[in-house]
Amino acid sequence: MNAQTVPAVGVEAIGMTMRFGGFTALDDVTVKVPAGSFHALLGENGAGKSTLVKCMMGFYTPTSGDMVVNGREAVIASPKDAGALGLGMVYQHFTLVPSLTGEENLVISRENAPAVIDWGKERRDLKSFMERMPFKIPLEQPVSALAAGEKQKLEIVKQLYLGRRFLVLDEPTSVLTPGEAEEMLGLVRGMTRRGELTVLMISHKFHEVTAFADDVSVLRKGKLTGRGRVANLDRRKMAAMMIGDQAIAALDQRAPTPADAVSVLEVNAVKAKDRSGLKSIEIDGLKVKAGEIVGVAGVSGNGQKEFLEVLAGQRAREAGEIRVKNASYEATREQSRKLNVRFIPEEPLRNACAPKMTVAENIAFRTFDLDKDGKPASWISARAIRDYATSLIAQFKVKTASLSSPIQSLSGGNVQRAVLARELSGAVDLLIVSNPCFGLDFAAVAEIRARIMKARNGGAAVLLMSEDLDELLELSDRILVMSDGQLVYETPIAQADLHVIGEHMAGKH
Amino acid sequence: MEGDIGLWGVPLAILGGAIRVSTPFIFVSLGETITERSGRINLGLEGTLVFGAMAAYAIAVETGSPWIGVLAAMVAGAGFGLLHGWICSFPKVNDIAVGIALMLFGMGLAFFFGKPYIQPSAPNLPAIPLGDWSSLPQVRAALNVNVLFLVGAALALALWWAFKNTKIGLIVRVVGDSADAARAMGLSPNTVRLFATAAGGALAAIGGAYLSLYYPGSWNERLSSGQGLMAVALVIFARWNPLGCFAAALLFGGAGALGPALQSVGVTQGYYLFYAAPYVLTLIVMIAASSPGRALAGAPGELSITR
Ligand SMILES: Nc1ncnc2c1ncn2[C@@H]1O[C@H](COP(=O)(O)OP(=O)(O)OP(=O)(O)O)[C@@H](O)[C@H]1O
Ligand SMILES: [Mg+2]
Repeated sequence: MNAQTVPAVGVEAIGMTMRFGGFTALDDVTVKVPAGSFHALLGENGAGKSTLVKCMMGFYTPTSGDMVVNGREAVIASPKDAGALGLGMVYQHFTLVPSLTGEENLVISRENAPAVIDWGKERRDLKSFMERMPFKIPLEQPVSALAAGEKQKLEIVKQLYLGRRFLVLDEPTSVLTPGEAEEMLGLVRGMTRRGELTVLMISHKFHEVTAFADDVSVLRKGKLTGRGRVANLDRRKMAAMMIGDQAIAALDQRAPTPADAVSVLEVNAVKAKDRSGLKSIEIDGLKVKAGEIVGVAGVSGNGQKEFLEVLAGQRAREAGEIRVKNASYEATREQSRKLNVRFIPEEPLRNACAPKMTVAENIAFRTFDLDKDGKPASWISARAIRDYATSLIAQFKVKTASLSSPIQSLSGGNVQRAVLARELSGAVDLLIVSNPCFGLDFAAVAEIRARIMKARNGGAAVLLMSEDLDELLELSDRILVMSDGQLVYETPIAQADLHVIGEHMAGKH
Repeated sequence: MEGDIGLWGVPLAILGGAIRVSTPFIFVSLGETITERSGRINLGLEGTLVFGAMAAYAIAVETGSPWIGVLAAMVAGAGFGLLHGWICSFPKVNDIAVGIALMLFGMGLAFFFGKPYIQPSAPNLPAIPLGDWSSLPQVRAALNVNVLFLVGAALALALWWAFKNTKIGLIVRVVGDSADAARAMGLSPNTVRLFATAAGGALAAIGGAYLSLYYPGSWNERLSSGQGLMAVALVIFARWNPLGCFAAALLFGGAGALGPALQSVGVTQGYYLFYAAPYVLTLIVMIAASSPGRALAGAPGELSITR
């Protein structure tokens, strides 16, 4: 547990191959990460990055392949073995126990946790340990009460607390603000420079790789397609290694919104309780016209999630009205079908999928009970579901082992694509989207933004909530700022000023 | 006037009833709390309770010691718990279905082995007369407290402390809240749940032993009136908190004593309605404490009813 005395650990994964049934997710991949270096792992969604690191950490048993730790061959059959060798991982999803406090999470994760915990002593130890960490995390709160950024920091702190000296970070910054990300990676970088830590980081963000990594390895469809010193590579070269000579989707020209466009979505004086039940959100006078994208900016946790839930019918509203195409909208299946309302919520695996049902079934959720003419079907045809899913999977390039894999086995980016395929097919009049590009590789990001723009140009009204300001500036016709449960600022895109928006997001007005 | 305390008899009788009736609820709900905190529901505790009652009675008759009877019940209860945990460790087995099967199995088995013990009488568990300072017989009766009640109270306190301050307690909570996190820590959720279910079974069986060896204090097939099932509801009501379980069990016991107490002070009409008080009370509290907008606060994340 002493950050100063234990040196960094070097790790090599040699000839890693991993098959899931007949599907090869990883094909003879060799990655060498010398002690004290910062290594980046790049690749498109579904390239096998998470699979590779899970094999290294003993979470999966690779079909074949060897591990070398500090120059010696090592047998890693479980995460426990990996931990004993000083290897730790921060997973793409959180592995903290939500109902336990930060302190409890840290202490219980320790191999030698005492049978009876002396909280007085543990708290003192933790305090002096945290003094050496630049992160400030409220350790006495249950983890479920922490913001995503705090959870991520706690995950990293936990690994360091456990004395891990080789750290795998799987997309560590996807839930952090740019400032937080910079700070966190800077600290980690500092530790590698001092020879206290070795890092293998999976990322989709080139600027992070260029700014912090020494070396890079690139995966594509389960194969190693390139590696080198970051100093000798530029973005273009890395992108080419990732996707080959595949073209990147270009954003369509923004068609002017017709002057007489009708408003499709109207939100009037809507009130609802927020997650904690203590505060409420109030949205009034929001209109989205056909053929425009209205972006909603805001720091996460200011009621965007709740607003989306109200629109989706997942959260009861206490007052107010939502109208779609001049009809009162209660978010029933029938209404959303009739009015062509589509949803792409954040965390789609949780909010828009049945995780254990198959990819094909999930894709067919909107249409499975209709026959060819759009009438309610009395007999559900498994073949029709499969055919429909097959065509959408091809069209949206969803990478899946098979149509009948449970959708939860897909990589994060591919779940997103599957949901997009379902929601963007057919006639769309109103599209409500939240953080659509979360965790996607750059090619997928370009493609999804292009599809949203296409839907807009096709006459759909789009409400886009995003924590990524660049995304909002690129796509929106108007930008609204949400702060403390209310829409506090509005600006047309032509007059949008990053600083003014930022100030409103921070609640300075 | 010695002995006639008028309407004061009602709260006293309720207090006495609460202490007497609540004991099995305390043990079953504490047992179920351990099991549910580890992420499993064992609905079979009713069967475990009945079997524990039979086993305790039979062994007490054979050995002449009620305490050996309690011990025997615990062993049997742990056995039922292990069986439940073991079956549930197979993939795609539903803990609720297994629980219902084991409930019927435990009751059937108890009736089968218990036939010869309906007649003989077993030595009772001792009670401590905490009311001796008073000259009022009602007070003495109400405060004649069985040892197991005190053990139950101490156990509730100990469990509440242990869930926060011991490694085992934290491990049970980790496994119950996130199996993924547990595996990432190198824990085996199935093993932890196996032992948690066994511990829950052992405690539930003590509740049964109390029924047959103290109150009502005999063994027959109608001994239990669903205590094992109601205790499962109590756990949810108590939000998986051992101290809450203790309080809920007392409340439930007190409500159960309402009918007899009213009858004893001479209320002759409608008192039988009060026999339903515990059930009505549970329903009311459950409805009042629920909310459509909020998830069940405190529920272990891995429970099949909340997941
Ligand atoms: N348990 C599993 N069973 C079947 N297939 C799996 C399993 N885990 C991963 N896969 C498949 O292996 C491939 C690689 O997945 P992986 O999660 O490693 O991708 P990734 O590179 O981490 O992508 P992302 O950037 O989206 O996180 C995917 O096509 C995925 O569907
Ligand atoms: Mg991944």
